[in-house]
Amino acid sequence: MAAIELNGKSYEVDEEGYLADLNQWDEDIAKEMAKLDGAELTDAHWEVINFLREYYEEYQIAPAVRVLTKAIGKKLGKDKGNSKYLYELFPYGPAKQACKYAGLPKPTGCV
Amino acid sequence: MADFEVPSIKEDIIVPHINPGVMEQSGPFVAKPDHQEALGFPGELVDNWQEAAVAKMGDMLKKYRSLKVFMDSCVKCGACTDKCHYFIGTADPKNMPVGRQDLFRKVYRRYFTLAGKFFPKLVGASDFTEEVLDDWYNYFHQCSECRRCSVYCPYGIDTAEITMAAREIMASIGKGMKYSNEIIGKVYKIGNNLGLPEPALADTLEGLEEEVEDDTGVAVKYPLDQKGAEILLVTPSADFFAEPHVDGLIGYGKVFHEAGVSWTLSSKASEAANFGLFIGSYENMRRISLRIREAAIDLGVKRLIFGECGHAWRVAYSFLNTLAGPFDFLDQRYPIPQHILEFTLGELEKGSLNIDKSLNDDMTLTFHDSCNVARASRIGSAPGSQFETPRAVIKAVCNNFVDMRADTIKEGTFCCGGGGGLLTDDLMEVRVKGALPRMTALKDVVENEGVTHMAAICAICKSQFSKVLPYYGFGMDQIVSVHQLVSNALILKGSEQESEQAEAEA
Repeated sequence: MAAIELNGKSYEVDEEGYLADLNQWDEDIAKEMAKLDGAELTDAHWEVINFLREYYEEYQIAPAVRVLTKAIGKKLGKDKGNSKYLYELFPYGPAKQACKYAGLPKPTGCV
Repeated sequence: MADFEVPSIKEDIIVPHINPGVMEQSGPFVAKPDHQEALGFPGELVDNWQEAAVAKMGDMLKKYRSLKVFMDSCVKCGACTDKCHYFIGTADPKNMPVGRQDLFRKVYRRYFTLAGKFFPKLVGASDFTEEVLDDWYNYFHQCSECRRCSVYCPYGIDTAEITMAAREIMASIGKGMKYSNEIIGKVYKIGNNLGLPEPALADTLEGLEEEVEDDTGVAVKYPLDQKGAEILLVTPSADFFAEPHVDGLIGYGKVFHEAGVSWTLSSKASEAANFGLFIGSYENMRRISLRIREAAIDLGVKRLIFGECGHAWRVAYSFLNTLAGPFDFLDQRYPIPQHILEFTLGELEKGSLNIDKSLNDDMTLTFHDSCNVARASRIGSAPGSQFETPRAVIKAVCNNFVDMRADTIKEGTFCCGGGGGLLTDDLMEVRVKGALPRMTALKDVVENEGVTHMAAICAICKSQFSKVLPYYGFGMDQIVSVHQLVSNALILKGSEQESEQAEAEA
């Protein structure tokens, strides 16, 4: 299995760069994954990433898009509670790209 | 945005000059041992894989007479060669339906025909070598089992069945596909393709109830595991999770609410999709189907309705009774199973839904017929109802509707490019290129008829289009659910919109 080496630590990832072990996640690896995609994580990204992690901890799955937009809308204002805003932050798709940085497994299925 | 060349849309759907081998390296990730084993397949490629594959092929030729007929009856007439969207989009001749079939046929001839046993070269027969296995793996995962080619084959050879057989053989020797097999494992373990556990599902549905109440002032329910409900709705889990799918789910709930029927979703059967079909595995298809039967019995429902999902409807319409029947415990006065569109059309015809079509006037719609619905089922009892029912519903809730050109719709519909278990990021090149014919037909009506949105009734089509539309210069939100259109135009009894409507009329 592939790995990302960072600060003397080895993070195992799958073929698509998702963390193999959720418990290995830390902020540094999130930043590094974003860097590998040519992105930089701002406070706005962290709001999403932190919510994903909290939700995953409770439900063992990433939140559905409406659950996510609603939560972000509540936190950051109604104008940001929509998928357009999320796609601006995560152009490869909030479900997949944000999950990756948050250390969550990739959502599977017809999505 | 892509590390491959995105085809450009031409004036017409052009048959390309062949480009042999251009897609020979394009294959999906191989299933991991735990994905394989959960489905009853060996974890990795078995040592005697060649022998095992030939033995499995022999079993299948006995079990499926159709497979043997398909192997023997091709006369190389060429009618299928330009019919596959993956050939049109990639120009690789092994993506011509006959080219794909011949990958299977050459092995069949070598081991199961007299001429192939003694004079292999004369009849195009070949040993099942590692090279052949690689070709099988890559090219049988560049077929979406859409069956368009079979419509034009004078012998009715169904390439989808050959693809399914090849995938079943490969899985049985330890070389399954990660995307489909991981997902089937989640269905067994958690109940749906996404791996959405019951508490998350309940939380998501509660959120939708709040959303609809905020929008309308009406408490529409999205019930889960409600014993004694009349209707069990089985829908793809993408309907809970993704856009525009969720807007369709909101629409189903509104229609049930207005129709005054009681209904429920099930956490056990929280998935309509049946990827057992895609991998050609009867055993897995059956095991997935049986959850629906168990859920229907546990909940004590009287009717079974399927949401917007293409291949789920094929399995439901064509095979469910064989796989999981008899459904003698359901109310026999209704179709078993019934498609949500047939239910909604019935309510529209009865006049129980208050529709204001002008609420969809910001859009001009076209409709993408999903392959598994178009070529393997009906939605209603009349021939052609699988084409007419969705169009009738759209026209009942929208003022502006235009069909795409005739050879790209109905029984001649082109696949979205992501069906048959190919809706995975590791096949993005195949998906984008395979969407070319549909994108060409769409562009024609966008430019010449003012079409703004395309509606679909399949979770895979919806996800595929929201992903590939931008590659062709369209917006990802130009794909919509049919029940999203119903939802937009449906004015609920006692809603804020109903009061506004009354004021406007006064």
